[in-house]
Amino acid sequence: MNEARPLLEIKDLTVQFSVYAGKLQVLDGVDFYMYPGEKVGLVGETGCGKTTTMKAILRVLPSPPAIISRGDIFFGGQDVMRMNEEDLSRVRGRGISMIFQDPTAALNPVFSIGEQFGYVIKYSAPPGKSLTKQEIHLRAVNALQEVALADPERLLRSYPIQLSGGMRQRVCIGMALATNPKLLIADEPGTSLDVTIQDQVLRLLRTLVEEKNTSVILITHTLGIVREMTDRVYVMYAGDIVEMAVTKNLFSNPLHPYTQGLISTVPRLTGGGIASGIPGRIPNYLTPPPGCRFHPRCPHIMDICRTEKPPTYRVNDDHDVACFLYQTENRA
Amino acid sequence: MNNVIMSGRHLKTTISAEQIKTLEKASRRENLGRSWYKFSRNPMSVVGLVMVVSLILIAIFAPFVAPYPKHAGPFTDFHNAKIPPGLQYFFGTDVIGRDVLSRIIFGLRSSLLMGVVVLALVVPPGVILGLVAGYFQDTWIDTVIMRITDVFLAVPPLILALAVASVLKPNLWNGMFAVSLMWWPWYTRLVYGRAVALRNEYYVSAAEVTGASTAHILFREILPNTLSPILTKMSIDIAWVIIIGSMLSFVGLGVQPPEPSLGTMIADGSRYLPDQWWIAVFPALAIVLIVLGFNLMGDGVRDMFGAEGS
Amino acid sequence: MTEILTVTDLKKYFVVGRSGWPKRESITVKAVDGISFTMREGETLGLVGESGSGKSTVAYITVGMYSPTSGSLKFRGQELFQADGKRPIRLKKDIQIVYQDPGSSLNPRRNIKDILEMPLRLHQPGKNRLEQIVYLLDLVDMPPEYMYKYPYMLSGGEKQIVAVARALATDPSLVILDEPTSALDVSVQAKTINLLLRLQQEFQLTYLFITHDLSLMRNVASRVAIMYLGKICEIAETADFFQKPLHPYTQMLLSSIPVISEEEEAFKPKKVISTGEIPSPVNLPSGCSFTTRCPFVMTVCREIDPAMVEAGPGHKVRCHLFTQPEPATVEGPG
Repeated sequence: MNEARPLLEIKDLTVQFSVYAGKLQVLDGVDFYMYPGEKVGLVGETGCGKTTTMKAILRVLPSPPAIISRGDIFFGGQDVMRMNEEDLSRVRGRGISMIFQDPTAALNPVFSIGEQFGYVIKYSAPPGKSLTKQEIHLRAVNALQEVALADPERLLRSYPIQLSGGMRQRVCIGMALATNPKLLIADEPGTSLDVTIQDQVLRLLRTLVEEKNTSVILITHTLGIVREMTDRVYVMYAGDIVEMAVTKNLFSNPLHPYTQGLISTVPRLTGGGIASGIPGRIPNYLTPPPGCRFHPRCPHIMDICRTEKPPTYRVNDDHDVACFLYQTENRA
Repeated sequence: MNNVIMSGRHLKTTISAEQIKTLEKASRRENLGRSWYKFSRNPMSVVGLVMVVSLILIAIFAPFVAPYPKHAGPFTDFHNAKIPPGLQYFFGTDVIGRDVLSRIIFGLRSSLLMGVVVLALVVPPGVILGLVAGYFQDTWIDTVIMRITDVFLAVPPLILALAVASVLKPNLWNGMFAVSLMWWPWYTRLVYGRAVALRNEYYVSAAEVTGASTAHILFREILPNTLSPILTKMSIDIAWVIIIGSMLSFVGLGVQPPEPSLGTMIADGSRYLPDQWWIAVFPALAIVLIVLGFNLMGDGVRDMFGAEGS
Repeated sequence: MTEILTVTDLKKYFVVGRSGWPKRESITVKAVDGISFTMREGETLGLVGESGSGKSTVAYITVGMYSPTSGSLKFRGQELFQADGKRPIRLKKDIQIVYQDPGSSLNPRRNIKDILEMPLRLHQPGKNRLEQIVYLLDLVDMPPEYMYKYPYMLSGGEKQIVAVARALATDPSLVILDEPTSALDVSVQAKTINLLLRLQQEFQLTYLFITHDLSLMRNVASRVAIMYLGKICEIAETADFFQKPLHPYTQMLLSSIPVISEEEEAFKPKKVISTGEIPSPVNLPSGCSFTTRCPFVMTVCREIDPAMVEAGPGHKVRCHLFTQPEPATVEGPG
């Protein structure tokens, strides 16, 4: 990891959603950073706020009902929150690309693959430079070849419904990388695919991003994928980052009780039964628990946890935990 | 098989019958509150609701609200004929001296009554036929029901209503019958589409494999999920039925004089435009208000059944 | 242990349309193409496969949603599918299912009390309904206050637990679990699986457990069968299945799973790279259906569909690598 400035920096991001019963405190001061070329994982269970965080980066949170009450997001040194529409549209698509969990939903069923590719390539061209139809077509063919799809010409004329799930996801990856983004956000990229196809697709993704030195944020709730695909991991619980570590270290030495609980519940191929899970359920975002949001479920709870929110402590090199168990002078 | 699971064992938690009743009441209250919240998101829906409720109250209490209730029956007063709107007669009087406002109020009665009765006649059979045809899609039941529905839909609705109404003795009830005959297929079509989509839902399969009766599946599993379009359509339909009813009385079918009807009043009054404009214009405005009120309320009903959960 | 379910040469073909003009030949999907297995009372048989394998179809046939094109399904010795196509209500009660998607297996317009009342009304007549519902919720560790909630107020895990309670309400002996935890987070999955195992222990239930997650299967099933395009490729006791996977597809699947520890990594079979796509079930290759992706494909594989043979005690496999007297020439990745 180099000492250049971070590609993406999120500071104290706080987001609320207005609903019938009040305001949901969805994100509660999220800090996140990554450097160019890194592959960072964002792990958490349903409802922990990982997708909300990513949508905030691209400013695609529907507001209302979403309200960003605090926080800064810097991409490539630029303040995303205060950008104008023109600069923002250049970031979306050319600076940052996104691939989604369900490739079927991400592709428009009534347009051919070629048309959708063309749209993406055309609108992400640098300003002032417009591409001819041939150039666009050539780039699309190249992109499809890069994702190992046979017969790109015929594929460009096809419609999404004619493709299998794995092929659709590869098309989405191709579209996302065709614009040579600096950052790729992959939201549960393999979840809707069969295991053997998922394996294929993820290995392909890793090869490509390493070739192009694209930075990647991989969002998932599947710990096995995080271990295979990322260099560094953030663990999220109920709108907070609870732990951050180099991937290897997270699995060999999980510090936060939530991370420990999570890893213990993953079924092992070697057998041994399944742990009993983490007692309780995720908190009510309308009235989240005071202090540490995890305290009602924590096996190591202390008095201070009920009243004060733990700051993030730096325990080792590149291993941060937000938990009073690790109280030291070193703050992250 | 013997009852192994349901033969009971020591419960971990206990709850009394009263506690359950309290829970039930609380949950009912919460459901109503939530429904109202969704309905009232759009202030115009509340406006519509207020309009509709006012109109209904006016219609029910017509004899007490109307300034000249006797004018709604056989009454003539040629001295006070064709008086423009003023303090004594708010909407003026017609050619034989009857107060226009009072007649509108009583005319409202028959219009709303027509709306309610027609829907009561039309909705239950239409919905049931749609449910049955949709659930038994691709069988002879489906074919028979939907082809009959298609036949009724193929005839231009107004023509059908006119034809039937002109064959029968012209009065309010026969007018309602004629309109009902042309109205039911729309509900069958609507519910058919929904039922076809819903019959493949897993909760329907769960009921089927457990052995639930067809009646249970149609009315307890599928119907509650089709209520949204049905109720929304109903609240807008009342307005349409009233308009069609007015069209019928405009051409002399349906309500007969001296009973007031908004359509007849417009028909009679149109001859005196533009000089005695109030005789036709106010009944027409009344129709506009009715239609507007129900449509705005219909939007709220649609919102009320909107997507659940945050 | 008594045999509770016997499946013999079960086939289910779906006609999905017609093609060609003017001849209009019908297009058939062979969802299940001749499978046979038995289930012993009290065990958990795992059924593993990817999309298109036919595992869900097997589940739906067993519970009565589809009737088979051919083959026999005997439950406690009694043939499930009679000539008139109707299943007696006694059997409907005895075989139940928990579906994969908790979001759509509960009627969104009915509260939990109504949902649980339906099977009770049909199969447990004459008792205090409310008492029974409180009891069912207690069985699955759900507080009685949840009775008046609607599905959208519950989390995915809680909805799935209600689905389990609904299945248990009819007092079944065989419960089919179709990917019961695939839509759930891993910590919620743990809770749900432990509940299912506890209930199985307490009431001697037999489970047909369907999932694509082999790590989960390892910890839940006593025997595992793996399906590919409508046929069973391999079936064995769990330990055997994972320690000595024989069929190339089993090895491919096992080697593709993302795992979280070094020892699991070491345990996985050598990497079998999946090449090519899963063929469309409408257009199956001749011979063995795995030829398009098998790295060990031989000439005979493309010509003859292999039969199931016993490769060890309780370990059956359907692959020419094990039906030849000597190994034939391996063609290499096909």
